Amino acid sequence: MTGDPKHLPLDDIHRESGAKFGDFAGWSMPLTYPAGVMKEHLHTRAHAGLFDISHMKLFVVSGIGAAAMLSKACPIDAAALPLRQSKLSFFLDDAAGILDDLIVTRLGDDRFMVVANAGNADADEALMRSVARHYNCLIEPLDRVFLALQGPEAAAALEEAGIDLDGLVFMNGLEPKPNWFMSRSGYTGEDGFEIGLPEGDARDLVKKLTADERVMWVGLAARDSLRLEAGLCLHGNDIDPTTDPSGAALIWAIPKDLREMGAFNGAGSLRAILADGAKQKRVGLKPKGRQPVRGGAPLVDEDGNTVGRVTSGGFGPSVGHPVAMGYVATALAKPGAGKLFAEVRGQRIPVDVHPLPFTPHRYVKG
Amino acid sequence: MATTYYTEDHEWLSVEGDVAIVGITDYAQEQLGDLVFVELPEVGRVVKKGETAVVVESVKAASDVYAPADGEIVAANDAVVSDPSLVNSAATGNGWLWKMKLADEGQLTGLMDEAGYKALVG
Repeated sequence: MTGDPKHLPLDDIHRESGAKFGDFAGWSMPLTYPAGVMKEHLHTRAHAGLFDISHMKLFVVSGIGAAAMLSKACPIDAAALPLRQSKLSFFLDDAAGILDDLIVTRLGDDRFMVVANAGNADADEALMRSVARHYNCLIEPLDRVFLALQGPEAAAALEEAGIDLDGLVFMNGLEPKPNWFMSRSGYTGEDGFEIGLPEGDARDLVKKLTADERVMWVGLAARDSLRLEAGLCLHGNDIDPTTDPSGAALIWAIPKDLREMGAFNGAGSLRAILADGAKQKRVGLKPKGRQPVRGGAPLVDEDGNTVGRVTSGGFGPSVGHPVAMGYVATALAKPGAGKLFAEVRGQRIPVDVHPLPFTPHRYVKG
Repeated sequence: MATTYYTEDHEWLSVEGDVAIVGITDYAQEQLGDLVFVELPEVGRVVKKGETAVVVESVKAASDVYAPADGEIVAANDAVVSDPSLVNSAATGNGWLWKMKLADEGQLTGLMDEAGYKALVG
């Protein structure tokens, strides 16, 4: 990433709210607000946290070839998605390495929304445009403010702000009015919503929401600790082109018939990986004691042999202990399969493979 | 009467005779955010100026705290190990990190006083 970071459209509101900023994926992002990461995290789990995630990119994919294009670019059957249904998927390279993860939502017969990660948005757009040369469809990057409201009181706070939830359940999305996109989804493990909308509308909505005492601004630092407790992957850390959906324990996102017969990018390599069995698997890791174990730390066995690596780690404010994720040799990838240690500053910290998520998901399902 | 000095690495030293109590400044704890883990030096360890004496970990990241002068660790504040948030709530008081016997008090002359430190952090 070169040059000055981009500023969010609501940058002024974050400054007035006392945010501390840091650069992430080419954007100057609010990391924390005056409440601090711990309170912001706990508030989200107890009430409702408001996140500005406008660094993420929304694309409308439309036209009679839209479903076919998406089904080539990603391991999904876009034509079979029910209206309003959102689905986690991936852009894979020829070796089935994960170029990005994304959420695809069906908005109409020939109309889909794609939500992609900030750092990969340009590459994702180029990839879709390249695939789209063979299909009759239009790819339209949207200029939107993108807000997430997450937590057990998110639904009530949105309704109070005049938003009709329209019967949305977890992993449902729709266009409630022109130039708006709203889905019941998120990155915290809590019930919640993500809303893409024009800047003027966003300023009105933020004003209403922040006047509600249930709602608190939450920065990127707590977004990271929330998603880590929820066992959700961050592209660039836990998944990247050197990992594949099988090793990443995300194969559930790919329908069974597609794994066997799909013609999506990377299908052949993924079939070979599934036939051989992944060498390493992504797991939750619970370090013993209080010391956090961070991404990048090697994982070793009792004899000091490297058997994996930590990809994300920190402290889990809701669980009250350090939490981490990483990859270990498949034979060790279940609780109690063998002793594991993370190497931190020359010390070996015992870690246990721990089921994910660390905090139970509380999605509102249909 | 103790004299307080400050370093460019955002530490404070409260010096009385040849013994210094060391901690991080309020500015530093605010920049680090909520601390969740503190690794203190062992009593008796001899440290050189600039060497990592303590590691503090926030929710998000680990940071080193450097020895501001040469000397020997004579005490470590176990209270911040059991409750790292003390460093956030009382950085310049009960959230002190260690006590050291200075090997060379002459090293203090390069440090800042409170006015100098305030000018540094604005």
